[in-house]
Amino acid sequence: MTAVTDRQKLQYIAARAADARVNVELETEGMTLNIGPQHPATHGTLRIVAQLDGEQVIAAEPVAGYMHRGYEKLTEVRTYAQVTTLVNRIDWLGSFANEVPFILAAEQLMGIEAPPRATWIRTIFFEMSRIANLILFLGDMGVQLGAITPVFFAFRDREFVLNQIERVTGGRFHPNFDRIGGLKDDLPKGWIEDNKRTMEKVRSFCDEIEDLLMGSEIFQERTRGIGVIPPDVALQYGLSGANARSSGIDWDLRRDNCIGLAYPELDWKVWTHPDGDSFARFWVRLQEVREATRIIDQLCDGIPSGPIMAKVPRIIKVPAGEAWISTENPLGEMGYYVVSQGDLTPFRVKIRSASFNNVSITPWILRGVYVPDIITILASLYFILGDIDR
Amino acid sequence: MTHALLGLELAYWQQTIIRVLAGVTAILLLTGGVVYLYLFKFVSFMQSRLGPMEAGPYGSLQLLAEVGKWLQKEDVFTENSDRFIFGLAPAIVLASTFLMFVVIPAGPNAVIADLGTGIYYVLAMSSLSVLGILIAGWASANKYALMGALRAGGQLIAYELPLVLAVIGVVIAAGSLNLQDIVAAQSEGEIFGWGGIGNPYVLTQFVAFGIFMIAVQAELAQTPFDMPVAESELVAGYMVEYTGIRFLVYFISEFATAVGFAAVASTLFLGGWALPASWGISDGAMHVIGPIVIATKAVLLVGVVFWTRFSFPRFREDQLQRLAWKFLIPIALANILVTAVLKVAF
Repeated sequence: MTAVTDRQKLQYIAARAADARVNVELETEGMTLNIGPQHPATHGTLRIVAQLDGEQVIAAEPVAGYMHRGYEKLTEVRTYAQVTTLVNRIDWLGSFANEVPFILAAEQLMGIEAPPRATWIRTIFFEMSRIANLILFLGDMGVQLGAITPVFFAFRDREFVLNQIERVTGGRFHPNFDRIGGLKDDLPKGWIEDNKRTMEKVRSFCDEIEDLLMGSEIFQERTRGIGVIPPDVALQYGLSGANARSSGIDWDLRRDNCIGLAYPELDWKVWTHPDGDSFARFWVRLQEVREATRIIDQLCDGIPSGPIMAKVPRIIKVPAGEAWISTENPLGEMGYYVVSQGDLTPFRVKIRSASFNNVSITPWILRGVYVPDIITILASLYFILGDIDR
Repeated sequence: MTHALLGLELAYWQQTIIRVLAGVTAILLLTGGVVYLYLFKFVSFMQSRLGPMEAGPYGSLQLLAEVGKWLQKEDVFTENSDRFIFGLAPAIVLASTFLMFVVIPAGPNAVIADLGTGIYYVLAMSSLSVLGILIAGWASANKYALMGALRAGGQLIAYELPLVLAVIGVVIAAGSLNLQDIVAAQSEGEIFGWGGIGNPYVLTQFVAFGIFMIAVQAELAQTPFDMPVAESELVAGYMVEYTGIRFLVYFISEFATAVGFAAVASTLFLGGWALPASWGISDGAMHVIGPIVIATKAVLLVGVVFWTRFSFPRFREDQLQRLAWKFLIPIALANILVTAVLKVAF
């Protein structure tokens, strides 16, 4: 891995030198463009410092940290039950999915296992947050490419999913619903039937996006062959989730390392795409939303009866030890390394969030592209600022 | 030189003042109507929302509220901007827009100046706006504005060509550069000896019409050709530093130009203000009906522009240039050739 990095460094230096020679010969002058931290394309406050030659990028570097909220440190002064409130805010579009790996890690340390019904409902909401998250990506990709209509369809249909989440958890954005040993509440009456209809709506939204955006020749022109990430590079930069799968890496933690969720009992498919370009990333996520609706339908059909809470002591003191749990979150692999010293609070929590690794590839991938393609590539890599800065 | 206008004997300067005032009023009303109809309502219904609903019935006074808001805003100059040119740029763009309307006829006599080379004048005036946009981008002292302005320069100049070449097909068919003559040729024309609907050139010059509308979309910098203002890349392109009344001027000129080009397109291809001559409507009645007819056609064509705008993603500049130089211009040239051959043959 080091050897490859060195080679890339040398290539990079050589290319910079070549560019510099061309600039001296043509007497052109580069321009440094600050994209962000306040820019409509950065979903928040990511800053990209791009060295431009005309409209071509010579070098680009992401500058994160404008929204750092210190969650890893804050967890050290919160009890285990309070931590879920914090970690909800990491990837704010799929909040529930942030709670799950932390709770699973805490359960592992305490030696508690959630009852099957709780596991299945957890899986339902895990997938619901995936839909709530990725629907917005499908619309937002259009907005970044200049088509403003899809994003309104996305917000319209995301509302149905959020309503379903709200009916159970009471929170649209930040459910804070997962508990050590199970869940806060059971599903309300009639929720499962309504959920079937909601999934139907999500599927019709996917069809609509496929017609309106993905089928558009202009969209394909703008995304095919733009920002190609070969599989080996994707692995070196630690890409995960749909970004890795669209480079042809058949790797999904839901299937390959599923802990504490109901995926092994379901019939579903991991979608991959061989191209690794922006179009592939869009396509894979579109298929994932469809697959998620299928998963949720199966979960709703086969949900077991029983309690939703295991026997848990009133005061949660986690025995000393260390646990690492990572799950396949909407944005990619998200993991918590929880170190406990037997206190009410974790001693140290290391959060591995997907977007931080996913944007780390930007210097490599943005080299040589044009300014409009920066936006396409950033949009297709799909990061959430809260997930980068934490 | 005196002409009878609505039966009154008026001096030339009196007539000109009346025509200019009527023209400006008509342009502003049409522009406001188009903004409300399409930018506020049509697009809202496309995107499953209501749009403005509070100001006036169904939000019909929203535009006044918006104008009021812009007028109140602080007049900001950026620190390094070239103040004189920065202030001049919107005026150039606006002037280019309004000068376009000078020769567009809205009735037998409802035209400010009936130039013999009318269509040539329209295209020349419409391309003046590039100058305003370029100096706006430069004077803003902003990298995004500069990039937007340069993109606009490249794009508007590239799409002047298909625009002009598409028009030449109509000019050959009508045998005149004068817009009144082109209208008359369509009104009095016949399709295989049948004059029931005249001969609107959209039927014979459909290729030119398609090219013209695509080029208009690009000249107006509307999606899919909106790289100069691409909000997700360049924030607002050359307009990024403009606020308050100067932004308002850009806004008005953007939509007034849309109306202007739509009026030109309806004059060239849809028969303009005239109804088919075979319907036998008198000139006196056409003084009243003509403006309504051309306004309706223009508003409908602006609708097509906005429908496209809100349906498609945008091109990249190189793809846009490729579309212009590799597809539109050759097709337009072929269209001229075929039109000329058929004109001689029949």
